[in-house]
Amino acid sequence: MKTTDIKLKTSLLGLFVATTLLSGCGNDDDDVVVAPAPPVVVMQTFTVTVTNLTANQPMSPMILAAHSAEASLWQAGEKASVAIEKMAEGGDTADIAALAVIESSVNGTGMLMPGMSETLTLTLAQADVANISLATMLVNTNDAFTGINSYHIAEMEVDRPQMMKYMAYDAGTEANSEAKGTMPGPADGGEGFHAARDDVDFVHIHPGVITMYDGLADSVLMPSHRFDNPVIAVTITRTE
Amino acid sequence: MKRSLVNASLLAAGLFSLSTQAADIEVSVTNLTHGNHFTPLLIAAHTRDSHLFHVGEMATPALQKMAEGGDIADLNTAVIGANGITSTNPAMGLLAAGASINDVMLDTGDNTHLSIVAMVLPTNDAFIGLDSWKIPTEAGTYTVYVNAYDAGTEANDEIINGGGMSGVPGIPVAPGGNGGANGTGVMDGADNMYVHTHPGVLGDTDPMGGASDLDSRIHRWLNPVAKVVVTVK
Repeated sequence: MKTTDIKLKTSLLGLFVATTLLSGCGNDDDDVVVAPAPPVVVMQTFTVTVTNLTANQPMSPMILAAHSAEASLWQAGEKASVAIEKMAEGGDTADIAALAVIESSVNGTGMLMPGMSETLTLTLAQADVANISLATMLVNTNDAFTGINSYHIAEMEVDRPQMMKYMAYDAGTEANSEAKGTMPGPADGGEGFHAARDDVDFVHIHPGVITMYDGLADSVLMPSHRFDNPVIAVTITRTE
Repeated sequence: MKRSLVNASLLAAGLFSLSTQAADIEVSVTNLTHGNHFTPLLIAAHTRDSHLFHVGEMATPALQKMAEGGDIADLNTAVIGANGITSTNPAMGLLAAGASINDVMLDTGDNTHLSIVAMVLPTNDAFIGLDSWKIPTEAGTYTVYVNAYDAGTEANDEIINGGGMSGVPGIPVAPGGNGGANGTGVMDGADNMYVHTHPGVLGDTDPMGGASDLDSRIHRWLNPVAKVVVTVK
């Protein structure tokens, strides 16, 4: 009730000011109405360069997303969201982009091949700058993914890059069978997202792949598909 | 007025040391592995001169007890004896894969460094080890990822036989009930007797035989194996 009163008063005051301004204009001969200057929105631009450090694990097109400091895309020890599951099993980031907590996001142009780097750019209004996250699947696996989980960029200075490395997580949503038809990457060409969850159902550090050469009879993976942490190197730079 | 003068003179004389300020910290530990348990945790705040283990050096008998059988009593006694502060077994038992123990409060007193250890089960002598991490003096929340080390005190034969006493070969137990039996043993004659980064377990897919009683689909890990979050009040 009180809030409404205040709002009413404000708008009345606005009306009064507008009338005064208009009548002021009316006294002059020219008809130019000076629009109030829009508030200046200061933009900040961040580049995130990601290098795939694995031997033979192409990474699905990355998603880089901006969100509040409180949000995070996943939590080790907790169940993966369906959005994370879809990304980790099939490389599909559409559901992550559509999450309510995501303010804006950009995607990589294609697969990030081993040894390759790609730079993604986010431009944000200064008032919206808080945290960023990044996610991508290691495609020759059942549900391994990596990325940045809620990194604080709000106090970054221009041209002072932050460099770090990140490890591979297991979404815990699909058993690491490594079997034919279960992995979407070029080593298999199999299925991506599958709604049923048949693994431990909590996000954890990926235990690595076993491969057919190390005793997993049904595996279609080769020794070069093994990986160790870290799996990506990241450089975050605020450029303006 | 007088008090601030005293403080100023102490500061000028360099007598006012940050390390003498007591700090309340809150510690949480998350098991990041796919399918391994941690035995009761020892969380210890101590001075910079204390260590529960040194990589590249031989394990103490106290560390060996912890790494081979999960017994933290001797390590705890050593820390307390050096005026350290500890929390023993805050999870009140095993910490399963994916599980966390939160809000472990420590009043660190004069102690400036933090160490955390626990045995990884099922293994011969693997342990999670945070070694003498300097506790920040600035209030805030800090995340540290912890690796698994090999105590170097027992061959990694991967045979589950109940052997948890120091010097007794074998693995005490697979708490998840997912261990195998009748393994012939993983033996390659290696004998690194110093604390080192654990090479990981091998395992196999034959629960009734094979070389290992561990399951390669369940018991393998890559580092880091634990996430530690420290909140300095």
